[in-house]
Amino acid sequence: MLSVAAAAFAHGAEGLDTRRSGYEFMSAETRAMQDDDLLNPAMLWVLDGEALWRQKAGTNQSACADCHGDAAGSMKGVAARYPAWDDRARRPINLQQRINACRVSRQGAEPFADESREVLALLAYVGRQSRGMPIEIAVDARVEPFLKSGRELFFRRQGQLNLACTQCHDEYSGKKLAGIPIPQAHPTGYPIYRLEWQSVGSLQRRLRNCMNGIRAQPYAYGAPEFVDLELYLLWRARGMKVETPAVRP
Amino acid sequence: MSRAIVNVPSSARRGEVIEIKTMVAHVMETGFRRTQLGVVIPRNIITEFVCRYNGSEIFRATLYPAIAANPVFTFTTIATESGTLEFVWRGDNGYTATASATITVT
Repeated sequence: MLSVAAAAFAHGAEGLDTRRSGYEFMSAETRAMQDDDLLNPAMLWVLDGEALWRQKAGTNQSACADCHGDAAGSMKGVAARYPAWDDRARRPINLQQRINACRVSRQGAEPFADESREVLALLAYVGRQSRGMPIEIAVDARVEPFLKSGRELFFRRQGQLNLACTQCHDEYSGKKLAGIPIPQAHPTGYPIYRLEWQSVGSLQRRLRNCMNGIRAQPYAYGAPEFVDLELYLLWRARGMKVETPAVRP
Repeated sequence: MSRAIVNVPSSARRGEVIEIKTMVAHVMETGFRRTQLGVVIPRNIITEFVCRYNGSEIFRATLYPAIAANPVFTFTTIATESGTLEFVWRGDNGYTATASATITVT
């Protein structure tokens, strides 16, 4: 049932994939920033992430590198398959939650705070290792109910403006809101360097902006609603290439 | 020290024009923004960027609050001799950052 609904959006009359990354809705100058690692400000975070990868932390005084070795090898493809099922949490979790779980259980360290420079740096660094690879979200009987929940959130009218994600991002994508093209909301490049933030931020930060925009009370960072929604959005973008770390206006 | 990325060609022919790209991590707080409670967020910007090629200054810039965060400078120079390019950023509150790169000129 879910796959049929997604196919209706994803494929035009001739079976062509009509999905487009937010990259294609940007100006040439912004795209040039993303394409050149020497101009992409998110690379500053990637380099910080690379340093953090090797930094010993916590009561175990271990670094990511101690277990995972060289990230270019061990992390290849990892970001492309998150959110993913986690046995300990007994639900799908996103990459930040996975990193923090490692931090607490393996390193014996405090989890990183939401939107902290450290966690964004590690997300950018780990995500970078999947750049160019197709997003692949594995869905089985355990994941299915959370995917369904995420889909319901995407289609639910919310807030004072009583709008659902699907109305802008499916029905009106390509048209303009306040003079700015509405993209299709495929989170292919997170964490992104958003020019509006002058900083790197997570998908949840962007979703909170959207919820504020429709005058809805945003979910708290890390809320199960957000992770379900991230799961649905990444599943909806499956097959599209990872662009992490992307630049967005 | 905040992260800096500099790109200088590793080698060049004598007399060749080379392009140098630099980027440094800095919030570049303008001093015009206010918090939700109306309190001014104090100015905190980089004010100066200098590049020296084997000790001689080849590029200098003065920055003002209009420059966005994580400033990028791209400029050209002529490859004259092998050696080191040094980059220095200075700013408010005693901020400094440095980077360097070497070039072989044949």
